[in-house]
Amino acid sequence: MPSLVSHPDEVKVLSRRFGMGATDIDKYVELDGYKAVQKAIAEGPEWIINTMKASGMRGRGGAGFPTGMKWSFVPKQSEKPKYVLVNGDESEPGTCKDHVIFLHDPHAVIEGTMIAGLAIGAKLGFIYLRGEYRYLLKIMEKAVADAYAKGYLGKNIFGTGVDFDVITQTGAGAYEVGEESALMESLEGKRGVPRIKPPFPAVVGLYGGPTVINNAETIAAVPHILLMGGEAFAKIGSERNGGTRLFGISGHVERPGVYELPMGYSLRKAIYDVAGGIKGGKKLKAVVPGGSSCPVLTADEIDVGLDFDQMGKAGTMLGSGGIVVLDETVSIVEFALRTIAFYQHESCGWCIPCREGTDWIKKTLTRVHAGGGSKKDVDNVQYLAENMLGRTFCPLGDAAAMPTLGFVKKFRKEFEEYIEGKRVGTPLLQIKPVGEVEMAGAH
Amino acid sequence: MSTIANTIFSPELAARFDKLVTIYPLRRSALVPMLLYAQDEIGYVSDEAIAEIAERIGIYELDVRNVLSYYSMLRTKPAGKYNVQVCTNISCMLRGGYEILDHCKAKLGIGHKEVTPDGVFSLEEVECIGACCWAPAMQINYDFHDDLTPDKVDVLFQMYKDGQGKDVK
Repeated sequence: MPSLVSHPDEVKVLSRRFGMGATDIDKYVELDGYKAVQKAIAEGPEWIINTMKASGMRGRGGAGFPTGMKWSFVPKQSEKPKYVLVNGDESEPGTCKDHVIFLHDPHAVIEGTMIAGLAIGAKLGFIYLRGEYRYLLKIMEKAVADAYAKGYLGKNIFGTGVDFDVITQTGAGAYEVGEESALMESLEGKRGVPRIKPPFPAVVGLYGGPTVINNAETIAAVPHILLMGGEAFAKIGSERNGGTRLFGISGHVERPGVYELPMGYSLRKAIYDVAGGIKGGKKLKAVVPGGSSCPVLTADEIDVGLDFDQMGKAGTMLGSGGIVVLDETVSIVEFALRTIAFYQHESCGWCIPCREGTDWIKKTLTRVHAGGGSKKDVDNVQYLAENMLGRTFCPLGDAAAMPTLGFVKKFRKEFEEYIEGKRVGTPLLQIKPVGEVEMAGAH
Repeated sequence: MSTIANTIFSPELAARFDKLVTIYPLRRSALVPMLLYAQDEIGYVSDEAIAEIAERIGIYELDVRNVLSYYSMLRTKPAGKYNVQVCTNISCMLRGGYEILDHCKAKLGIGHKEVTPDGVFSLEEVECIGACCWAPAMQINYDFHDDLTPDKVDVLFQMYKDGQGKDVK
């Protein structure tokens, strides 16, 4: 069971109920649960959307799109039913924040789903969890059943005449399904291959109906925002980045864990104060700041605020909030190879730049790692990655290319020295020559 | 009472499937969960399971196989009673994920996607399982085990061998 952590700099909004037994519906209600949805019913869709716009909440899945604006794109009138879809297919390496939300506060996800439904005029919401999260799915299923038993879900909720249903759904192992259109395909019982855009899900989404799809963390924040007020939530964060978010700090730190910090909080402080600094008193080498798809930051680049805009300015992304910390012993060649091996495994093959690009980068880096590389290999890796960018249906191609470019550009010298025989760090990977590479789930 | 005569599934699972196909706007939405639940019961997705699921949803077996082959958790061959899935992705790798994988290989005497001769354990190297802050981590069937050390792994294997391990389904 994941242990809960705490630090004085945390601002607990989403994590307010963590560790307080809020999986129990009565306890949840006691802790102000299901108040926000009743307020939302009374105040109406326009008020909900305006509150969300005022909150400065931006999508916590990684793209950082303003949530209130996303909801406002859904057409008011629609012949087809509208849907709310909660993305809990958390699969970005370095990310485990939704894990703790489902574990500690499942009703917040349900309540947020209902409020999103009210905002756009949907009567059905889906909460999709990755297949590996079976024990969390059980927690969600129980929470949904309890909410039905109390009359909070189903027909005539809270006696207001409003109907709303929630269905929980399991995936079966696929990183790519975390992409919104691929998730819709999966939920329709198909391979999780991305759809062409436009049309965007807000117009043509699940079953062809207008659909709002939000990350589980975004949805779990919604009831809190409605209760505290949009402006109050916005004020906690930095400019144009409202509120707090759950940062998962992992890798070489003394106290890894999921911490709730205000948007704009210093990355340096997150690593050195909140997470207790580098494990064993070693030196920091690099940080992958928002899940494995974000370009790496070097040890000199961590004086930056953790919000979408500041991270963008620093040449990387806030992403999923999964901060992976690398100490001085790590070989970037090896780390880059492990990263691309993941994307190569997860590429569905639908778009050729992604399918071929990830495969050739992996093959090239495997050769480099095994000691048979040439200087031209580094150029080739960069060329391949540059030619994947923006050339695929879904962001998986970009997610593979961006970190690769970060590694070869910022640590080019290390790659070249590695090729010359000067190895950095202790080998961790078990890479065999191309053709018999042993990697996860080769199938 | 199942809607399918001679179902290959247990009465409980058959009843669950009867309901599952009715709750969505489209029956086919039940496909991915059904495949996973069928695997939980049988140990893998057998030809018979594919045929029955296709019939229950009203699609071709080929459609089922098409979807089945996409998802990495689904398998068409039996695994061990306890499938050990060791994460070696970045956060786990930095905290000894490969050491844990090596230890499991040595301890069980099997490699990636292999089953022990007694059928009790199988081993798999997997991608990120969403336990990055509690790394290194693994799953045995659906149960998470965090902050692993080789010693902890030994204790866990013994527990499962003795039938004392948790087994969420």
